[in-house]
Amino acid sequence: MRVLAALARGVWDFVAGDDWRVALGVACAIAVTALVATSTVAAWWVLPLAVVALLADSLRRAARG
Amino acid sequence: MSGTEIGLAVSVFLACAVEAVEALTIVLAVGTTRSWSSALSGVAAATALLAALVAALGPALTSLPIDVLRVAVGGLLLVFGLQWLRKAILRAAGLKARHDEAALFAEEADAARRAGRPAGFDPYSFTVACKGVLLEGLEVAFIVLTFGANQHRIPLAAVAAAAAIVLVVIAGVAVRAPLARVPENTMKFAVGVMLSSFGTFWGAEGAGASWPGNDAALLVIIPALLAISLALVALIRRASALAPAPVGTP
Repeated sequence: MRVLAALARGVWDFVAGDDWRVALGVACAIAVTALVATSTVAAWWVLPLAVVALLADSLRRAARG
Repeated sequence: MSGTEIGLAVSVFLACAVEAVEALTIVLAVGTTRSWSSALSGVAAATALLAALVAALGPALTSLPIDVLRVAVGGLLLVFGLQWLRKAILRAAGLKARHDEAALFAEEADAARRAGRPAGFDPYSFTVACKGVLLEGLEVAFIVLTFGANQHRIPLAAVAAAAAIVLVVIAGVAVRAPLARVPENTMKFAVGVMLSSFGTFWGAEGAGASWPGNDAALLVIIPALLAISLALVALIRRASALAPAPVGTP
């Protein structure tokens, strides 16, 4: 059980890194892209916009310390 | 070779070179201060584990439907790439200490000297070298698998990774010292931009979006993300310079 917990923690650290909000934001942005792609509106712009916003927000929080 | 394949090879090569430099520093530190044979046994054990991981996951990944693969790989690559880019921007802006191989080597070597040393096989050297190579190698394996599987070019990604590792090992053996002159922070910046750009491209494609110009869109995404990242570095530097000094500072 302890090994499984350590493994899960390792995978979480590996994927989420220093800022878990970025990982969550990326997942949400991909879901929104998929949603927009089902409509008649072009969906390619969602992810680049989200990437810039997530990066800027993560850096702003890191800079504030 | 197409533009996407060149991008794949360059990204994998740079990422693997950076990770190999970090792993080499750890192995050199325990090898020179304690036991080369035990340290190299640790390297061999970690390499075998990583090879087994790639051999097991590689075919499983390539058998996934392309859209599932693209959305999963794109998302993971994006999360991973943004981590690299975030750190690289903070380092370039001076808010995070730059990676210094000479300092890391001195720190590892000091810890190795202080640990008790048994005669014969040295478990300390084995464990530190194995752990160092495994942790740095996992990132390499992840990048090789995600990039390679998505393009169905795992052999190309593996060759780029092997070339980077061989080059770093040859350089390390030649100078017998940590490769402090390798522009590691700049390389990490470049890799962060590449991983995030490919992640954005594949993630959106996998989610059902169509890029204007198809693969040519990458020629816009990569320079655009690079320009934005450099602008963010400048913005953070300016904000740090303008920030009021803490109370009590002369």
